Amino acid sequence: MSETDLKDREDSIATGVDEVADQHGDRDVEIQNYSMNFGPQHPAAHGVLRLIMEMDGEIIERVDPHIGLLHRGTEKLIEYKTYLQALPYMDRLDYVSPMCMEHSYVLAIEKLLDLEVPLRAQYLRVLFAELTRITNHIMNTTAHAMDVGAMTPMLWLFEEREHICEFYERASGARFHAAYFRPGGVHQDIPPALIADIADWADRFPKVLADFETLVVGNRIFKQRNVGIGQISRDDAIAHGFSGPCLRASGVPWDLRKSQPYDVYDRMEFDVPVGTQGDCYDRFMVRMQEMRESLKIVKQCIAELPEGPVMSADPKVGPPKRGEMKRSMEALINHFKLYTEGFHVPEGEVYVGTESPKGEFGIYLVSDGSNKPYRCKIKPTAFSHLQAMEFLCRGHMLADAPAILGSLDIVFGECDR
Amino acid sequence: MTHPAPTMKSAKDVASAFAATEMIEHRGETTLLVARDDLHATLLSLRDDHGFQQLVEIAGCDYPERPERFEVNYHLLSLTLNRRIRVKVSTDEATPLRSITDIWPVADWLEREVWDMYGVMFDGHPDHRRILTDYGFSGHPFRKDFPLTGYTELRWSEEQKRVVYEPVKLQQDFRTFDFESPWEGPAYNLPGDEKAEGDPA
Repeated sequence: MSETDLKDREDSIATGVDEVADQHGDRDVEIQNYSMNFGPQHPAAHGVLRLIMEMDGEIIERVDPHIGLLHRGTEKLIEYKTYLQALPYMDRLDYVSPMCMEHSYVLAIEKLLDLEVPLRAQYLRVLFAELTRITNHIMNTTAHAMDVGAMTPMLWLFEEREHICEFYERASGARFHAAYFRPGGVHQDIPPALIADIADWADRFPKVLADFETLVVGNRIFKQRNVGIGQISRDDAIAHGFSGPCLRASGVPWDLRKSQPYDVYDRMEFDVPVGTQGDCYDRFMVRMQEMRESLKIVKQCIAELPEGPVMSADPKVGPPKRGEMKRSMEALINHFKLYTEGFHVPEGEVYVGTESPKGEFGIYLVSDGSNKPYRCKIKPTAFSHLQAMEFLCRGHMLADAPAILGSLDIVFGECDR
Repeated sequence: MTHPAPTMKSAKDVASAFAATEMIEHRGETTLLVARDDLHATLLSLRDDHGFQQLVEIAGCDYPERPERFEVNYHLLSLTLNRRIRVKVSTDEATPLRSITDIWPVADWLEREVWDMYGVMFDGHPDHRRILTDYGFSGHPFRKDFPLTGYTELRWSEEQKRVVYEPVKLQQDFRTFDFESPWEGPAYNLPGDEKAEGDPA
């Protein structure tokens, strides 16, 4: 092909490939790579993700995720709030699993204070963290199924998610932004009726989960869209900073609940599901299995739940009882000071990472000894996973991008903070 | 029984391998203070010789009163030995740190975030762009001297049919309340206090 011919072809791309094909009599025209914009408003973007994709036909050559569209400066805002006032910001990070975000934060404060937490509060935290894990995985697995074309699971499973929201509401008063975990324990004790209802629900849920599985797990289309897609090896997953289900799907048996137990996870009996291939299908299956394991923990928590206080007895951290406040002047002053001035946290810095449903969610907390954090760095799970989009998508088809994105389980409240 | 936060083995023994660095053990966490020039070698050695396979987080922090105001904390995790370590290095606005994207690919975005939020530069970073702030943003918002309210706000302009940027106008000034008890809060140095402390002669 001559030089001018080539030039002609390149010029004509703008005007239309068909024209060129007609001129030259063949339709196998080489076209240039082109860039495509995906998002930020796109149902498969799971929030506000903008992907600039460089495409070779329908093959993805390069992906450049643009994030930060939901950046609210949470970490900066926290520096201007007392430790307790900053807690509700945590719910607004990963709004799909709010209580697990609080978990890291309260543990970081407790570690700095070296504060003992009553056993019942620790059990309640684990109970609700596991309910949260289930609600998160419901959201992710069904949304992932919907990304690849299965609508029904979303409709079926959202009813269960609604039940968990109800449990949230009955425990904390809010369906999503619970602010239930507090430094020193949990905000309120839960009534016995709620425990009985959670137990009932835990008996019913496996049936729904099994129905969900029959819909997708063996489904031909679902497998075509997921098996072997977005594969990442064990070593690559570690180097790319993967954690949680994404890391386990690549065959690394790593779970912070087992390896670095916090609260009463060391008393819980559960297994850690591990994948072998590290593809979208494995990530999906690991989450499905994790829901069953979480259910075991929920049941065990209910069975073993001890009686006792749910908030630390240390008056510096735990508020006085309402009845006491009505009678005692000192209790009233204590309450007032606690909710205006807050408590002072000794100077120092800690990093606490917990196993949130999406992976390792960490808080790096620096205290200067005052009542406000000097620095609170939030380690989001999505940062490393989303960064690997380029690695995972390269060479795949455009239609695989939503499947990969769905399998990584990304929520932008947490990613952008 | 003490706090319920995750506990793990100490990484104290690692420090002895790096003779020139200072080690801090606080709340069961090990921190290595390294010089800027040793940063890359230290992290590489921690990964290859001491089993810290994963870079978990790079956290910037700003201390305006220090000569080198920025502190950058690298949090590493060992999956095989089940322990964590923090490597701390300090720098200022003008001095870049050596990028570690060649050691861990995950460092790419983490370094971009530190650059975006604090303005710490990374030498040898392949893609030294902002990451979380708006396109065309100027300044580094997490510095302590950057106001919480920021400098610009944006709104939809009906006349121009586009989003316009304007200086921040607040109906009410931003207020921070200092609820700290006077005996626990910062030291208030009133004019004339120095007379009380000095020699009365």
